[in-house]
Amino acid sequence: MNNNSQAYSATAEVASVRLRRSRWDRARVTLGKAPRSAWFGMIVFAIYLFIALFAPWLAPFDETQVFVTPFASWDATHWFGTDQIGRDVLSRLIYGARNTMGIALATTLLSFAIGGSLGIMAAINRRLLDQILSRSVDVLMAIPSLIFSLMLLSIFGSSIPNLIIIIAVLDSTRVFRLTRAVAINVVVMDYVEAARLRGDGLWWIMRHEILPNITPPLIAEFGLRFCFVFLTIAALSFLGLGIQPPTADWGSMVRENANLIQFAQFDIKAGLTPLLPAGAIALLTIAVNFIVDWFLHQTSGLRDDH
Amino acid sequence: MTTNSTSDTRQKNDLLLEMRDVRIEGFSSGRWHPIIKGIDLTLKSGEVLGLIGESGAGKSTLGLAAMGFARPGCKIVGGSIVFDGQDLAQLPESAKRHLWGTRITYVAQSAAAAFNPAHRLIEQTIEATVRAQISTSTEARKDAVALYRSLQLPEADTIGNRYPHQVSGGQLQRIMTAMAMAPRPDLIIFDEPTTALDVTTQVEVLAAMREIVASCDTAAIYITHDLAVVAQMANRIKVLRYGEEVEEADTPIMLSAPKQDYTKSLWSVRALQKPERDSMDVLLEIDHVDAAYGETPVLFDVSIVVPRGKTVAVVGESGAGKSTTARVITGWLPQSRGEVRFKGVSLPNALKSRSVQQLRQIQMIYQMADTAMNPRQTVEEIIGRPLEFYLGLKGAARERRVIELLHMIELNENFADRLPSELSGGQKQRVCIARALAAEPELIICDEVTSSLDQIVQEGILRLLMCLQEEFGITYLFITHDIATVRAIADEIVVMFQGRVIEQGTKSAVLNPPYPEYTQRLLSSVPEMDPSWLDRLLAERSRDAA
Repeated sequence: MNNNSQAYSATAEVASVRLRRSRWDRARVTLGKAPRSAWFGMIVFAIYLFIALFAPWLAPFDETQVFVTPFASWDATHWFGTDQIGRDVLSRLIYGARNTMGIALATTLLSFAIGGSLGIMAAINRRLLDQILSRSVDVLMAIPSLIFSLMLLSIFGSSIPNLIIIIAVLDSTRVFRLTRAVAINVVVMDYVEAARLRGDGLWWIMRHEILPNITPPLIAEFGLRFCFVFLTIAALSFLGLGIQPPTADWGSMVRENANLIQFAQFDIKAGLTPLLPAGAIALLTIAVNFIVDWFLHQTSGLRDDH
Repeated sequence: MTTNSTSDTRQKNDLLLEMRDVRIEGFSSGRWHPIIKGIDLTLKSGEVLGLIGESGAGKSTLGLAAMGFARPGCKIVGGSIVFDGQDLAQLPESAKRHLWGTRITYVAQSAAAAFNPAHRLIEQTIEATVRAQISTSTEARKDAVALYRSLQLPEADTIGNRYPHQVSGGQLQRIMTAMAMAPRPDLIIFDEPTTALDVTTQVEVLAAMREIVASCDTAAIYITHDLAVVAQMANRIKVLRYGEEVEEADTPIMLSAPKQDYTKSLWSVRALQKPERDSMDVLLEIDHVDAAYGETPVLFDVSIVVPRGKTVAVVGESGAGKSTTARVITGWLPQSRGEVRFKGVSLPNALKSRSVQQLRQIQMIYQMADTAMNPRQTVEEIIGRPLEFYLGLKGAARERRVIELLHMIELNENFADRLPSELSGGQKQRVCIARALAAEPELIICDEVTSSLDQIVQEGILRLLMCLQEEFGITYLFITHDIATVRAIADEIVVMFQGRVIEQGTKSAVLNPPYPEYTQRLLSSVPEMDPSWLDRLLAERSRDAA
């Protein structure tokens, strides 16, 4: 027992002096400690991204180019055969990465931008604004979203920007509810009061005081929403209002080639053809969720490096 | 009333609990650290042992170990804990469960968090007794009501039918004591049972607990960091620090002649004093202010004058309107009547209509440093924001000033990169002080800034605040319910009760007779470092009542 240093001193409380680390160093430390599943997710996602970006150079043919034989079997020219009107399946898979991922990502980001910012605003201003926003969201959620989006798409026409905006707006209702619910718990904290007493504006408080504290549930929701967008697009395409032909997207490719499964007993490879786009979606979903899981783990623990 | 089979044969002064060389480890940052480093503890039947020390000393861990229990993330790695002939360190979980809740019971620090909000109080009071089949439900209920009565709870017959949120904090703490007493245990462990209570409520709870422990002849371990409280409760006191025993002695000896330097330093914290000064220069004037939360009026005709460069302490129990007054000054809660003048200029009621300069001049420090700092921002970001917002400092200039401020609060540049979760309680409050200082304010409102801290850390914070006042001439409005703190730092005192100002005056005028009735009650409720203080106080009060 050491009786010499009885007087209280704050610097004596410091157990170990930590070296200052730059943002880049921290990122490297974090990445180095990423689990294997996260690495798998990141590598798969990077490959997808590469394919999407360089689709015109990677694909052997154009996505719309029609060949003589529909439903051709797998051979040296058409690695994965051709589809019902004779387009190269491999090329369409590669172009599909671009369309499907681009649309899903844009839609999810947009829905989070809308739902997230409105949700935080509603949490800060609990009076009129909250009432207006929450009740409008209730109304939107009361209408089955598929029917609602069908209706809106037939009004505004089925173009890709319209598709993105409509799905994003309808999805943002769920994001709004989640954001508002978690943000309300943060808004009552003293540090938010301190920021408002300081005179900080609404946007600064949203961005710096609230958002960093509600990211974990939002990131988890992001992974989930991202995957659901595929399903919505596929469902809309099935009804003829999704991505319009001849643009390739994985959802519609599954539907168009679904019949081929019956031929699996004659040619196993033909049976596999419709499973390729389905597999592409599945792999991407798993990869994204692995990354999201790891992110979630990172952001929920407040100590970021040690 | 039923009695436990073993308590019939139990004699006073029998050895009840004997802990030998107990060692406990806790898991953090990926490895096991020793928390308790070999402590011996003995307790006889009917005896009360006080465990004191600052937070992190291992008081609660040791208290729980007396039950043979280790919190999740902790494990008992060595030593023996012999309770009535059985070694709890070796006993399997199922056997210990027969003892817990019936022969050994526990009173937690925060009763509000320890009760299940979905069940009635009496159901929770008798649960352990009925489950262990010590008595039938009807008998247990009758006994619980008798216990409520002896703990002086109001409406003892029906209070048990309420839910936890329908009674006050002090009442809840007494009901929890009744719950612990219901099975007539051999040993009760009180873990800081009055820390969360006001001084006036604390006196009642202390008296009730002491009374019932004595009348049932139960042994108790009383864990606290408040020396004056432990002096009232315990026969013996054991002082802990860093998981080791500093010293142990009977209460009167411990209070009058502590041997170790550390114990002496604990004792001397309350000796902090500041000479009183007076000043005529008025900085802030609250003029006949009324305020309400929605429809509920909270402040009635509050007038307070704050002289420049002085410390004005606002005292009163919770619900007295102290914090509400602070919120009116900051503009968080616009008043419904009256005026707040700062340097002779009337401040707009609403926050939005105040200018940035007006906001800068009044800063606030909060009670809970934990919730007052964004857990995702580093210390540099927290302190740097007011510098950037009010003074327009950026980049290197901002960083330099942050480091200057860190040195001012007796920390250093190594802290700039830390997150609040990497700071101790005292350091957190220091960073909050630095954030307030960064704005270069004229008035700092301190809302119970030391009440969640240990006494030694408290002293450090108070000294720092006084130094800063000397150096920069800052004025403090210091809200507290702790009279010891007021004695230490105040120049003027405002006493509030139920939303009204009872009196305002210089420290010497308010703390010396004649007192208004409420001030008298408040002052007399502050525990003193004298084992006979509670007896005297209760005797005086019953005499006054008669």
